[in-house]
Amino acid sequence: MPKFKFGKEAGIFLLLVVLCVVVTVMNPRFLSPINVQNTARLIGMFGILSLGLAVVIVTGGIDLSVGSLVALLGALLSIGLVDKHMSPVVVVVGVLLVGAGLGLVHGLLVTRAKLQPFIVTLCGLLIYRGAARFVAEDQSKGFGDSAGFMWLHDLAVGNFLGVPWPFVIFAVFAVALGVLLHKSVYGRYLYAIGRNPEAARYSGVNVKRVETLAYVVAGGFTAVAAILFAFYTNSISPSSHGNFYELYAIAAAVLGGFSLRGGEGSVVGVVLGAILLQILQNLVNLLGIPSSLNFAVMGAVILLGVLADNLVLRRKQA
Amino acid sequence: MLLASGITKRYPGVTALDGVDFSISSGEVVGLVGENGAGKSTLIKILGGLVQPDSGQVVMEGRQVKIDGSATARRLGIGVIHQELSDLDNLDVAGNVMLGREPTKFGLIDRPALRAMALRALERLGMGQLVDEPQSSLSIGQRQLVEIAKALSLEAKVLIMDEPTSSLTAGETERLIEVVRDLRAQGVAVVYVSHRLNEVKELADRVVVFRDGKNAGALDKEQITPQAMVRLMIGRDVAVANEHTHLAGAAVLELQAVRTKRFPSHSVSFTVHSGEIVGIAGLVGAGRTELAQAVCGVDPLAGGNVRLDGKSLGNSVRAAISAGLYLAPEDRRRTGLVTRSSVRENTTLPDLPHYARIGLLERGAETQTAAKMLEELNIKSPSVETTVSGLSGGNQQKVVIAKWLAMSPRCIVFDEPTRGIDVGARAEIYSRMRELADSGVAVLMVSSDMEEVLAVSDRVLVMHEGRLAGELPRAAATEEAIMALAVGHA
Repeated sequence: MPKFKFGKEAGIFLLLVVLCVVVTVMNPRFLSPINVQNTARLIGMFGILSLGLAVVIVTGGIDLSVGSLVALLGALLSIGLVDKHMSPVVVVVGVLLVGAGLGLVHGLLVTRAKLQPFIVTLCGLLIYRGAARFVAEDQSKGFGDSAGFMWLHDLAVGNFLGVPWPFVIFAVFAVALGVLLHKSVYGRYLYAIGRNPEAARYSGVNVKRVETLAYVVAGGFTAVAAILFAFYTNSISPSSHGNFYELYAIAAAVLGGFSLRGGEGSVVGVVLGAILLQILQNLVNLLGIPSSLNFAVMGAVILLGVLADNLVLRRKQA
Repeated sequence: MLLASGITKRYPGVTALDGVDFSISSGEVVGLVGENGAGKSTLIKILGGLVQPDSGQVVMEGRQVKIDGSATARRLGIGVIHQELSDLDNLDVAGNVMLGREPTKFGLIDRPALRAMALRALERLGMGQLVDEPQSSLSIGQRQLVEIAKALSLEAKVLIMDEPTSSLTAGETERLIEVVRDLRAQGVAVVYVSHRLNEVKELADRVVVFRDGKNAGALDKEQITPQAMVRLMIGRDVAVANEHTHLAGAAVLELQAVRTKRFPSHSVSFTVHSGEIVGIAGLVGAGRTELAQAVCGVDPLAGGNVRLDGKSLGNSVRAAISAGLYLAPEDRRRTGLVTRSSVRENTTLPDLPHYARIGLLERGAETQTAAKMLEELNIKSPSVETTVSGLSGGNQQKVVIAKWLAMSPRCIVFDEPTRGIDVGARAEIYSRMRELADSGVAVLMVSSDMEEVLAVSDRVLVMHEGRLAGELPRAAATEEAIMALAVGHA
């Protein structure tokens, strides 16, 4: 674990550089300030989702509810701020608590009721989507001109020294998570549980608590991203907002060297994976590839990446 | 009938078989004996097609054969009854007997034919009445007999039985011996592998002894005695391994009417003192591992009280560990180690907060401890960063022990401390256990290896079906005395 696997991260970094060079050559607008800034903003928001999910994936779990949760929390944010005119600080704290709280519920269902993470969060995906549409009465929700909570609005669409705020937040979270996963006692326990929960238990690790906490972290990270997404789009249509976002998050982690079996992967990897994924999206736009092929391109690149990784790994072991 | 010659098989770090020869004729019962790790199981796996030898050849009925899978072995007429049960709980007995060879009609299972074939095999063992029972309702001994029925239904020409009686009752054992005699009369060649030397003496026409992966000798019918077999197995005259007696100190681990979930109606009480090694012997399924796990907090207690140094202990792993009661579990790969992690990470795992300041790990301190343990325990690993899965079984087991030596033990429970590891590492582990005891630690050892129990223990407790069947001081602990208690015949 904290053992840094140079090969894996180096491979995806190389792929990232090659892609950037190719896109720049084919369409120099790739490096235009406006494109770089917008891509960085998207990297930030999707990246935060990926970081949270990575913590769950390390334990061998999964969270499919991310996209629906983004929609539900976005709708609640709008209702609190616009419909109910509540204090922005209270609403933000409330949204973060709901996110972390639902994560806690996932964690307890997985560790105490011993349900499979896939099933628990699949139900979450369905329930939160329904709840989002219900609380929003199936109407699009927005923030109008954000009067009274402009600072929140700016956090999503504004910049800090020219760098989009979401990217700054993403970078800070990545560093914090890097320390947590690779330097802390808690992180070591996470990897141990992902690799062999029984052996961890026999060594006195509080497996249930550590694992539950992973889902809480994922829920909290999702809530932060949900706030940013809500202001970024400024129009939350509860039936489609956040659709498939869990898959972006999982894809970034997998591209970055995480194994869904658990116990593998690093923060550097998931950061690179999140960046690569958005560059790919950008590439589809800039190179005039029909946007209908968007998902197909993404899928193909992930497949090739994982395949190449596997082949290299197998050769190393042989 | 079957002739194997010059068979060699190497595993990383261990030579399991080193050019052994083995032969058997039809209508012959050959006893195959040797200590654990002598290579018996490896030979069985090779003849059963589960493992390929590195060199050597097998000749069956005059033709050289290559047994490249269990299906090939079956086609050649070699049937193997493995020691580990491979039955499926969700089927009935008939389904288990015919597993993998179900008769079909129009591509569907022909249930009446299946039942009839299973019944025929079961009746030879006198257990036809079980044919429709669900497998999950059987005792361990009955399950073992189902495995045997499964092999009988193959109509094998060579039948290999690996410890077939290890969990049978005396009555079941008698019946099995009758069956083996029957088979011999029908011209079947039976390879009988057992630690129970009296059974081997009773049954075998010839005995082949393995020691450390080599042929140690053979005995003809009239030469077969338990003493002669033991002499060949251990390569010297039978001697009590550890002569000096140890003075036990104060009580460290006390079990007061402890009950486990497996045997909730039986309670066990005993005390382990500072400075002594107490061995727990018994047959597979006697409840020894369950007891060890419950005492160390891994499994819930069904009742009773565990005390360490006079203080009552909470029933959790963390309570046990913080009090200094540690468990080296029987299955190191499943529960003892995180095999995908490094030696360093495994060594420090139970005591991780100790290596951290405000939650952040100090890797230097970890490395220092792990390096010290590598040296102290003579663990053969390229570095402390080596992944544990790459080490040999013996070195892996030493890492399990390193986890606990790096802390401050008051009592360590070793469950099958040397299962599947080579002779050298085994001796090192024994001397480490003795050193621990000499330093005042209480050592409790669960072992199915009779030689080990006799060689290491200062005192032997014998368990039978969840109860303490008896206690033997070192001087009175003999294989026969232990076995009599273990089978409930004392």
